[in-house]
Amino acid sequence: MHLMYFTEQPMSAYDEKAGLDYGATALTFSNKHFDPKEGSRLYNEFLEQYIRCEEVGIDGIMLNEHHNAPFCMQAKTNMFAAILAAVTKKVKIVILGNPLPLAENPIRLAEELAMIDMISKGRLVSGFVRGGGQEQLSAGVNPAFNRERFVEAHDLIVRAWTQPGPFRHEGTHYQHRVVNPWAVPLQKPYPRVWIPGVISKETVIWTAQQRYPYIALNTSIEDTKKIWALYDQTAAECGYESGPENRGYLARIHVADDEATAVKNAREFTWMQGEFTGLAHPVWANPAGYFSPTGRRSFVEFAVGRSKNPRGAMTFEQQLESGMIMAGTPKQVLPKIKHLLQETRPGIMAVWAQDGKVSQKDSLRCIELLGTEVFPQVREWSKELGLNSPFEADAPVHLNYSKDLKKKPVAAE
Amino acid sequence: MANATGWAEDTVEVSGAKIYLRRAGQGSPVIVLHHDIGTLDDLAFYEELAKSHDVIVPHYPGWGKSPRLEWMRHPRDVAVLMQGLKANLGLAQAALVGLGFGGWVAAEMASMAPREVSKLVLVGAMGIKPPEGDILDQAIISYIDYPHAFFHERKSFEKLYGNVTTDQLEAWDIAREMSFRIAWKPYMHSQQLPHLLGAVTAPALIVWGEDNKVVPQSAAHAYKKALPNARLEIVKGAGHAVEMEKPAELTKLVIPFLGSK
Repeated sequence: MHLMYFTEQPMSAYDEKAGLDYGATALTFSNKHFDPKEGSRLYNEFLEQYIRCEEVGIDGIMLNEHHNAPFCMQAKTNMFAAILAAVTKKVKIVILGNPLPLAENPIRLAEELAMIDMISKGRLVSGFVRGGGQEQLSAGVNPAFNRERFVEAHDLIVRAWTQPGPFRHEGTHYQHRVVNPWAVPLQKPYPRVWIPGVISKETVIWTAQQRYPYIALNTSIEDTKKIWALYDQTAAECGYESGPENRGYLARIHVADDEATAVKNAREFTWMQGEFTGLAHPVWANPAGYFSPTGRRSFVEFAVGRSKNPRGAMTFEQQLESGMIMAGTPKQVLPKIKHLLQETRPGIMAVWAQDGKVSQKDSLRCIELLGTEVFPQVREWSKELGLNSPFEADAPVHLNYSKDLKKKPVAAE
Repeated sequence: MANATGWAEDTVEVSGAKIYLRRAGQGSPVIVLHHDIGTLDDLAFYEELAKSHDVIVPHYPGWGKSPRLEWMRHPRDVAVLMQGLKANLGLAQAALVGLGFGGWVAAEMASMAPREVSKLVLVGAMGIKPPEGDILDQAIISYIDYPHAFFHERKSFEKLYGNVTTDQLEAWDIAREMSFRIAWKPYMHSQQLPHLLGAVTAPALIVWGEDNKVVPQSAAHAYKKALPNARLEIVKGAGHAVEMEKPAELTKLVIPFLGSK
């Protein structure tokens, strides 16, 4: 089991009332509400949290990025990854992930990641994402070619990492006449790639075709099982058997020394009015062409306000009850985590430990309790349940490096 | 709406595209190039035109009833396909009526094959960067708010679209995706087009709704400046879609302009 810490890096000092008055806290919500003095304080607090993670024996730090919104302060995930490469010694630096379609120059991304891998002495896990719909708009990148750009950029980066240059890439969305980066990853054949996601079937299938672990982002147990069923089926078609080493899960778990504090702090998980990415217009989250055409018909109804969000909106209490949010003392949350492990069988687990306006003192205490009281027990159960991480299972980095395929790989290109 | 003129449907193959079109009337040919949101089948303006002209209303590939072409990347691609359509229909010359985004397509056509365009009508045309203001960004507003913005008055929209169906919403989403695929950046304009318009030989009539909330009126003046032989008319009480909101007023301007061949 690989156990990680995650924070969205919330810009908790923004003016919440201004967001409510404006009716949105994303994309076009003015950055005049961003206070760089508070930003400076918060960035340094997050750094302190990450360093504490290593001190208390947490395996990895999960990083991400988002744009134009207070729910996440990381505008470039490689920045914190580079900082952590220098200031930590043992933790895995798990980027989940770099939004590939936003890159106009994937080779530059390949170079940045190679540098992070070398500076960290081979501790990089380089996840990739499509980027949220709003990210396409804030970056001015065409949402209609999102998936095509994702796949092409991925293939180009992997090629730049594994094939000696110079070579030429004349693709559909990227053209590079001389590819020859003088920075390549330390890890061979290349750093592990994990793919986080929520509901997109196309992404699950593509991920299984690469034999990359898929990290389910706080999906319900029922939905998570559906994701694994699709992953397993695709894996079988590709000639391998998938297991816990192919599965990751992001859970929202806040622990404190007493239940009242834990529940009070956990309520902050809904600080963005229950929306992970803040209040936003549906067409920002799903610009035309970004979403799977199969969901078009139900989405257009939602986008004009005629139907409710197909993803639903649970109250905080309902989420506590269902285990979508866990809060309490370590002893109180552990049985819930055990249930999650038994039901979803991941080999990778990220804990999104707090959000919103939780104090730095409580955040650090939560990290200490996770590292010293929660995770040791989780590791033991994981051993009993056979939940091996990709590292423990020595899983191939990509399908192309498999030695156990039942038939010729069809999907790895 | 009464279908007095009798509209025929056809599908014409051009360069791998299967272009659906509706056609009615007799007289000199007029090709109507539709908006980025597609077009309704029956419009009073189309009916009026068909009383004295051979009116052809094609759907661009990817819009309405014409299947998508994956490779299309620019409105100029649409313009070339429309030229191909014209040739395929055996029309040596035709007048072009471009509506909004279709104005951009028409302007491209008139600049790339000047002698094949007899008259050019641009109604609230996109395609040029407005010297003042910007073309409305549909990416950040809903499928229904964008067409709403085409009209000076909401009741004009409601009269035509009534209670918008899910089919219509879906069609608007597909149309929007196509707009993104071919006109994302620079958004809804070409940096080359103003320079190429100097090659247009056809007389041009530029019509702008006084309350165009989609393409600022400054773009109308930019078109007038760039086209060698153009006249500008502003229609009161109309928004971006003059043909839908003030069909009689537009007809009064267009028919005499097309008039004698």
